[in-house]
Amino acid sequence: MTARPESGEEVLRAINVSKIYRMGDVDVHAVRGVTVSLHAGELMVLVGASGSGKSTLLNIIGGLDTATSGRVMYRDQDLTHATDRVLTNFRRDHVGFVFQFYNLIPSLTARENVALVTEIAQNPMTPEAALDVVALGDRMDHFPAQLSGGEQQRVAIARAIAKRPEILLCDEPTGALDFKTGVRVLEVLERINHELGTTTAVITHNAPISAMATRVVTMTDGRLQSDVRNTNIRKAIEIEW
Amino acid sequence: MVSALDRKLLRDLGQVRGQVLTICLVVATGITGFIAMQGAYQTLQQTRADYYREYRFPEVFASARRAPNRVIDELRTLPGVSLVATRVVEPVLLPGGNGNRPASGQIVTISDHERQPLNRIHLTRGRLPDPVRSDEAVLLEHYAETHDIHVGDHIPVVINGTLQNLHITGLGMSPEFVLVVGGDMLSSTPGSHAVLWMRYSSIAPAFDMDGAFNDIAITLQPGASTGAVLSAVDRVLDPYGGFPAFARNKHTSDHFIESELAGLQAQVTIIPLIFLSVAAFLLNTVLGRIVELQRPQVATLKAVGYSNASIGLHFLKLVSVIVLLGAALGITLGAALGDPLLSLYRPYFRFPDLKAELQPITVVISIAISFLAAAVGAFVSVRKIVALAPAEAMRPAAPPNYRGGGAATWTEYLVGPAGQMVLREVTRRPGRVIASVIGISLAVAIMIIGRFASDSIGHLLDLQYGRVMQEDITVALSDPIPAADIDTFAAMPGVRHVEAINELPVRISYGSRSRDVAVQGWPEERRLRRLLNRDGAAMMMPSRGVVLSDILAERLMVSVGDTVDIEMMRGDRRTVQVAVSGVVRDMIGMQGYMRSADMFVFTDGIETITTLLLDVRPGAIAAVEDRLRDIPSVAGVSSPAEARTNFEEQQGGMMLGMSLVLAFFASIIAIGIVYNNARIVLSTRRRDLASMRVLGFRRSEISTVLLGELALQVVCALPLGMWLGKQATSALLATDPENFRMPAVISLQTYVFAALVTVIAAAISGFLVRRKLDSLDLIAVLKTRS
Repeated sequence: MTARPESGEEVLRAINVSKIYRMGDVDVHAVRGVTVSLHAGELMVLVGASGSGKSTLLNIIGGLDTATSGRVMYRDQDLTHATDRVLTNFRRDHVGFVFQFYNLIPSLTARENVALVTEIAQNPMTPEAALDVVALGDRMDHFPAQLSGGEQQRVAIARAIAKRPEILLCDEPTGALDFKTGVRVLEVLERINHELGTTTAVITHNAPISAMATRVVTMTDGRLQSDVRNTNIRKAIEIEW
Repeated sequence: MVSALDRKLLRDLGQVRGQVLTICLVVATGITGFIAMQGAYQTLQQTRADYYREYRFPEVFASARRAPNRVIDELRTLPGVSLVATRVVEPVLLPGGNGNRPASGQIVTISDHERQPLNRIHLTRGRLPDPVRSDEAVLLEHYAETHDIHVGDHIPVVINGTLQNLHITGLGMSPEFVLVVGGDMLSSTPGSHAVLWMRYSSIAPAFDMDGAFNDIAITLQPGASTGAVLSAVDRVLDPYGGFPAFARNKHTSDHFIESELAGLQAQVTIIPLIFLSVAAFLLNTVLGRIVELQRPQVATLKAVGYSNASIGLHFLKLVSVIVLLGAALGITLGAALGDPLLSLYRPYFRFPDLKAELQPITVVISIAISFLAAAVGAFVSVRKIVALAPAEAMRPAAPPNYRGGGAATWTEYLVGPAGQMVLREVTRRPGRVIASVIGISLAVAIMIIGRFASDSIGHLLDLQYGRVMQEDITVALSDPIPAADIDTFAAMPGVRHVEAINELPVRISYGSRSRDVAVQGWPEERRLRRLLNRDGAAMMMPSRGVVLSDILAERLMVSVGDTVDIEMMRGDRRTVQVAVSGVVRDMIGMQGYMRSADMFVFTDGIETITTLLLDVRPGAIAAVEDRLRDIPSVAGVSSPAEARTNFEEQQGGMMLGMSLVLAFFASIIAIGIVYNNARIVLSTRRRDLASMRVLGFRRSEISTVLLGELALQVVCALPLGMWLGKQATSALLATDPENFRMPAVISLQTYVFAALVTVIAAAISGFLVRRKLDSLDLIAVLKTRS
């Protein structure tokens, strides 16, 4: 197994972040005082059981949500109390998201879903090029309902990378997929991390996926349990679960 | 190039096309009404202004018994007076024949040589009379058309008791006769009163008016006080038997146009307001639902970097497209309806050129108010979108919080589990249910508004012709006749009974308030006219004092027992103090009633008669009318029964058309609301309903859940709508009660009609949605993420 380049400078940093939110009548402590960083070029896998707070953490460092307490830094920029406008620009310019349920716009074709992002990004690829990266060049004019789950997730990845983001945040990207399709999606993420050098964070409840990471972070019950560098990186295609 | 977001918008619209269509129609209906009515309003107002200006409609009117021409100079020098035009105006009778009833009319003189300074004639055919010919006249076009009279025809006219054949040299109209009312308003039909313009020198001698006049028209200098001029004119004309001068707003023709315009203006505001409120409400519910369904999409847009403003704008665009489509349709229809709407006025209002014109500003306003409806409708949803944190939007909404439940409640025993679901949904979203109920009730109200006019007029006719007027023939006399002459009429074959009424022009004052009205003297023994009290029941004429119309009593602020001053407006203008002995409900005008004998104080004991009421043997009416034609002092003959039939025939078609149009409009609202609600309930409840089907519920059973709520809304909306309709009718009737008070009467048929149309519209919507329900793909629905 070839070792990937040593992780670079710190891109994103969460310092002692906590999040409490209300769901119905209940207060949920989703994240409790977590400190974690994301370094340039690395592929971090954040593992945890369902409800461990990993999605919430990802949302907070991705500027989708704000922390109840603690700080979030993007390079030298403090995002902790950033306005909605600043967070929107942060997401627009620097972050690509991939979600468990793909979150494609059902009324737009694959190409149009990608165009949704390229139209507002500063230096995007063409939608066609982005779809080629995920090997969907021949399904560009299909609507989400006409694509398989794996294909939909690849469109979502194409949409996320089309803006050439610095950071790619993936929330259970294989969660809704079968094993075989899941592996294909992981391969795409791996390739993007390698070839484009995009800093990538993948969160999953599926522990074996952590084998492909350069760094593995584990969360339990809203707390960080471990944060270790993976010395035995395996290719996505070698992973099984 | 169309952006991806705009493509989403177009496809989203396609997804909800049924709802888009219904909302479009509601907007279109409101805008159609606005454009057509506002267009008619502006056209009428502009045409009137142009006509008045071009043909010199005066600002002050007065008349006298006989004033010598030298008085003209005195009038001209009054402060504030600009132009003075004098003439002779005399009533005449057109005996009819050829199946035509005898008609009332008037001769109006025009200057021999110079052009009319005021009240100019607009000649539509022929020429003005030759000043040296005494038998030539220009006839009012409206009358000529109604009676099929043409230029060159000769028509018989009784002029001051002498039958003459007049040669019609031309047809014309004038701003003072846009609407001609002869006699009482109900019995006069459009075009039934003749106006004959004749040269002064050719006709004045016939009325002993050579070198004199009895009618004055005045225009004012800019800034002059109308009140001061009126008083000054009254003073000048007093020695010549002057009648109180009045300003343009009291002129009959102008007054009716003004009332019509006021009515139109009220409708221009109310009707589009109702429709656009409903549209805003529908947009609010539909957009609210779209936003709820698109929570993950909104979140994704936010996640990939779209700003709140651009997402808000996206949804605002969605509703704007809907209202713009509706507005475009409405503007097209409204413009097309402009002329048909004006044509409803043409039988009544005669202008030289009444052509609908759509002003660009009206179109701009209509688009602006459509957008306003869109903005109001989108406001809540867009605010929700902005408030939504992107991460929160990724999670499905928390399950709705239902209250109650636990052990089976009494309602469950009553309505079963499906009914219970309906009740819980209703109590959980009372705002939406209440808004729907109000919306549907507006539809009910619109239908009531559409039909109440015909109900009210029907009631008015019942009262006036059925309860008040009991005579077979009403005879108006050109000049008062002595009481003894009544025998001539009583002796006519076929006449069973005659009663006489003496009407005097008076000014009734109480404190600082006064009104110029007529007092009618009624015979001691009478059975052909009734007084009705405020409850509509017949009442006795009190043995003393004066009985006043309720509105007159209100305006003078007097009640029974107070003493008013009654000033005779003719002759020596003597003033007598009379106690108010009763108040009656009058629908038309304001007047006083006294016993004839009590009126001798004004006439020095001489009893004169101005109107006769004839009770005629059935079958003899036509023969009696024929004989009446030959009596010179008869100015007009009318029959209450025939007047009523005429009125109903004329108004019937128009009223029916109007009520059908409004029923159609209202159905659009009802369908729009019920259909949209049903679709929303369906989309909210898809999973619940599919789960119930999977569990073994039949289609008819799950329909109860879906349609039960709609049925409940309709049931609640019906009584509310009826109440709203009743309130709206009172508001629409509030025009000028001094002239005409229409009772706000709504018949049972109208209520039933409104309820029926609403229920049918609701049933159609229910049926359309039920079909969707039947094609529900159970597996697909259950697989979809909620």
